[in-house]
Amino acid sequence: MIPLDFEDLTAEDVSRHFGRRRALSRISFQTRKGSILGLLGPNGAGKSTMLAVLATLMRPSSGSVRYGTHTAVASGAALRSRIGILGHDLFLYPELTARENLAFFAGLYGAVHPQAAADAALQRSGLADRADDPVASFSRGMRQRVALERALIHNPRLVLLDEPFTGLDDASTAALIARLQGLRESGAIVVVATHDLDLAEGLLDTALFLRDGRVAEAVARPDALRSTYRTIMRRST
Amino acid sequence: MIRTAWLVLKKDLTVEVRSLEIAYTTLFFAVSCILFFAFALVKEGKAPEDGAAGILWIAIAFGGTLALGRTFERERQSETLRALLMAPAARPAIYVGKLLGIVALLAAAEVVLVPLVAFLFQAPLLSHPFWLAAVLLSGTIGFAAVGTLFSAMLVRARSRDVLLPVLLYPITVPVIIAGVRATAALLQPDVELALVRFWVALLIALDVVFVTLALWTFEPLMTD
Repeated sequence: MIPLDFEDLTAEDVSRHFGRRRALSRISFQTRKGSILGLLGPNGAGKSTMLAVLATLMRPSSGSVRYGTHTAVASGAALRSRIGILGHDLFLYPELTARENLAFFAGLYGAVHPQAAADAALQRSGLADRADDPVASFSRGMRQRVALERALIHNPRLVLLDEPFTGLDDASTAALIARLQGLRESGAIVVVATHDLDLAEGLLDTALFLRDGRVAEAVARPDALRSTYRTIMRRST
Repeated sequence: MIRTAWLVLKKDLTVEVRSLEIAYTTLFFAVSCILFFAFALVKEGKAPEDGAAGILWIAIAFGGTLALGRTFERERQSETLRALLMAPAARPAIYVGKLLGIVALLAAAEVVLVPLVAFLFQAPLLSHPFWLAAVLLSGTIGFAAVGTLFSAMLVRARSRDVLLPVLLYPITVPVIIAGVRATAALLQPDVELALVRFWVALLIALDVVFVTLALWTFEPLMTD
């Protein structure tokens, strides 16, 4: 399998229904490599569903997502090898140690030396001294740091993060922001779903404000996120 | 594909060795099952003829159903199933890894169950160890092949605990019948090896059919 590459991500009129409930309604946007797109909105706005569609975990009911010129259906595993996702659930095995978790996923993503990849990830996360402790014994913030490294262990082009700031202390939050900025500089396409507007302030290149599964507004280079958010949400009710 | 299956198998066995959750529940349930039948059927030290074969397979099927339910439930609880499906690895390889894990676990349980049944029902189960191992292994693979697929398929269903046995037992009836008949043939005073060979061949044929169908359907069933 040859991992494919792409330089932009395009959603065109993406809708997703669960029975009669419409979770996403005609969402369209485009984002390019070296940028961070924020999906902002209240609970139930469709942020996590949009991330699942972008991650190829869910098919849109209508519309399409293109990864450069590729589609999820046509590209399958080659496309998945270029996507990293940090979900609201952390996708970690609590019984395994941090090193075992990272080595397992590195192996699944085809790393030639999974142990070395895991060790490097542990160094980056600052958890090398807890490498051999089971993840079940970690605090939420520490698990979040391991989960972020799991999502990035295969150096993905598209990084999808669902509420990545949950449970992080100030130092970890600052480290995560620095990491996201590093990903942007390295040419990754980063999509962050969050309702933590203060932390997202100054980080996003584009903010997509969602409400009830629709795009309420898209703002390039947003500043004063909280007041913009309030204004947009008030306008869209 | 082999590397992915091995990684999933190794991970499942490591998790199980740490928690022993599936091993304990499966064994407890299967041993209880055997004890109840022993209390009910063994009268004055005499067990019903061929009863041991049926009871051994009932214990394997009931205990196996518990194990099957838990193996994917574990992936659901921490949502690691989504991470497995997101990986660029071939999805049938994930199925094979899971299947091998279940087979290994049930084989370990059978190491305890066979001597227990042999002792309680005074059955000469261990007089042909090679053939018994062949019957148990081929039967276990057939049962687990269907069970692993259904267990994965039902992982998001609300009533999965009820649906799994309802779907699994009717489909695996041929495997259970062949397993029981082959084991019963091994319990005869004069073992007819040709008959045992026939049942083992049938079990292997069923394994091939079930594993092939499961490999074919796993990817579409797990997508979306």
